[in-house]
Amino acid sequence: MRYLLRKLGFYAIAAWLAVTLNFALPRLIPGDPVEIILSRMQQQGPVPAGEHDAVAKMLGLGHGNILAQYWDYLTSVAQLHFGLSISYFPTPVTTVLRSCVLWTLLLVGLATLISVVLGIALGTLAGWKRGTWLDNLVPVTTFLTAIPYFWLALLLLYLLTQVTQVFPQSGGYSPDTFIGWNGAFIGSAFSHALLPAITIVLSSVGGWLLGMRNMMVSTLSEDYVAAAEAKGLRARTVMIGYAARNAVLPSVAGFAISLGFIVSGSLVMEIVFSYPGMGFTLLSAVGNNDYPLMQAVFLVITMAVLAANFIVDMLYGFVDPRTRQAR
Amino acid sequence: MTTTAALLTDPAVPTAAPGPGRLRRLLRSRRLVTGLTVLVLFALAAIIGPFLVGDPNAVSADLNQGPSAAHWLGTTQLGQDVLAQLVVSARGTLFIGVAAALVATVVSIVIGIGGGFLGGLADEALSLLSNVFLVIPGLPLVIVVSAYAKGGGMPATVLIIALTSWAASARVLRAQTLSLRSRDYVLAARVYGESRWRIVLVEILPNELAIIISQFIFAVVFAILTQAGLAFLGLENPLDLTWGNMLYFAQNAEALSSGYWWWFVPPGVCIAAVGAALSLVNFGLDELLNPRLRVYHEPKQKKGRLQQKARLQKKGAEA
Repeated sequence: MRYLLRKLGFYAIAAWLAVTLNFALPRLIPGDPVEIILSRMQQQGPVPAGEHDAVAKMLGLGHGNILAQYWDYLTSVAQLHFGLSISYFPTPVTTVLRSCVLWTLLLVGLATLISVVLGIALGTLAGWKRGTWLDNLVPVTTFLTAIPYFWLALLLLYLLTQVTQVFPQSGGYSPDTFIGWNGAFIGSAFSHALLPAITIVLSSVGGWLLGMRNMMVSTLSEDYVAAAEAKGLRARTVMIGYAARNAVLPSVAGFAISLGFIVSGSLVMEIVFSYPGMGFTLLSAVGNNDYPLMQAVFLVITMAVLAANFIVDMLYGFVDPRTRQAR
Repeated sequence: MTTTAALLTDPAVPTAAPGPGRLRRLLRSRRLVTGLTVLVLFALAAIIGPFLVGDPNAVSADLNQGPSAAHWLGTTQLGQDVLAQLVVSARGTLFIGVAAALVATVVSIVIGIGGGFLGGLADEALSLLSNVFLVIPGLPLVIVVSAYAKGGGMPATVLIIALTSWAASARVLRAQTLSLRSRDYVLAARVYGESRWRIVLVEILPNELAIIISQFIFAVVFAILTQAGLAFLGLENPLDLTWGNMLYFAQNAEALSSGYWWWFVPPGVCIAAVGAALSLVNFGLDELLNPRLRVYHEPKQKKGRLQQKARLQKKGAEA
């Protein structure tokens, strides 16, 4: 219980800091951002009354002193009132977000899961059979993780969609299908997700593999592994039930920390493949100086990562009871 | 990803004692030698290379030419020599990588060792800070920050990258400091009445040097990759010559889909080579310092003789 409260408190503070950071950043823009935004809105159509106040509040630049501005900002974030998007004017930011969040969640979630499972399985094997040809996996994956992700993805995109047409061109689905729960759309969405998923797995599997291998090697020198072997247990039982089971713990803990990196990687992936997710939206918001959308995307990404971290932390406390008492 | 790998490796690294046997083992580690060789080549290219190649921005009439005797790596859309750009970019890229990693390492040393050594409320606050920076996703933050502070040039890039990469190593250093703090020799120094600064700088810091160096190397890899990513997204000053900016311009000119692979492929290969070389050096050092990861290939007898020889040499040196 104490563990739960402690973690809850930590994530509350982290969330508050992220929200506050978001409040502080617009103050770095030269000029009056509210006026810049409104004048851009006016170019695209009539601006509803009260939008000036809404924009100012959301950017934390409303009336009154800085504390009052801060309070205004906090209340509008709590009510999920993010204002109207500039680049998709006059669509509210929340609507834009709703249409892109699922794409990222599905693709990145699945690709990450595949990468982690594959990396841990291969790492277990490489650690178990160390000194054999499997050790050559280490330099290979080192090279793979050192390649800039977008470079590898662009190269694969070129080779597999232009030189040989194995995969469909970029985008989230082919334009001649209708969005909905019909077979044609789901099939098209799946085939468009395949290549991005492969690139994510290729560039991230190395880190998991290496961490798992090194932990396996360390765990294999423990006495209880020797005892299990001396008992004459089957090799597979020793490898999975005794060594891998304990070696995997740091990888589980590392998973929480790496979530932020995974999200970052997926942002670039979406740019490369023009995939209609959060990263694509964030970058197009940055390109169009769409500050309301930019702030909202940043907040949503950060909150999602914090929530996922919290869940992993809870699971970890469950998997490894030692962490609950430590410190 | 690299940071995760750094976190997962065992932080309990024994300190190294210099000696002739150690140097020989250093040179026998194939990974270390390969990595160092590649790094030295790139460093030489970055230092003296720009004096040997022509002006990287010079425009010529040879547009989009493939590799030839005049242009070893072909030319860009504007007729600039790709090799000259590549060599001059090495300087900018390596500078940003090393500078950002230096800043990040210094911050992580101050916060990690400071918190671990001071303990109490200061430790709680500092480790909270590093944990928060660890969970807040880095790239979205960097994108938003650089969108607001556009066109700050290289120092801004360095600071922004450093801002998002110090937290993981601060956490590792804190954990190590906590365990060192209660060792006998530190307690002895305290009882002896040595000042706090002296204890941190003389007793604790040198014993964490192995970890700090390894964290620094990973930070360089991370900085180079982040910088390339930022440049590719168009969030960096396009006038700085870096591999990332080369890729940005190549991508904008649709170099790859037009078949101008000699413009797009080399910068990426360079980044990957430097990154892989740095990682190899790190693994080589890690295997050297952490015997549990080492794999013995040589027969035991030979090793015993070498050790004997080293011992004899040591005796000779003492006598």
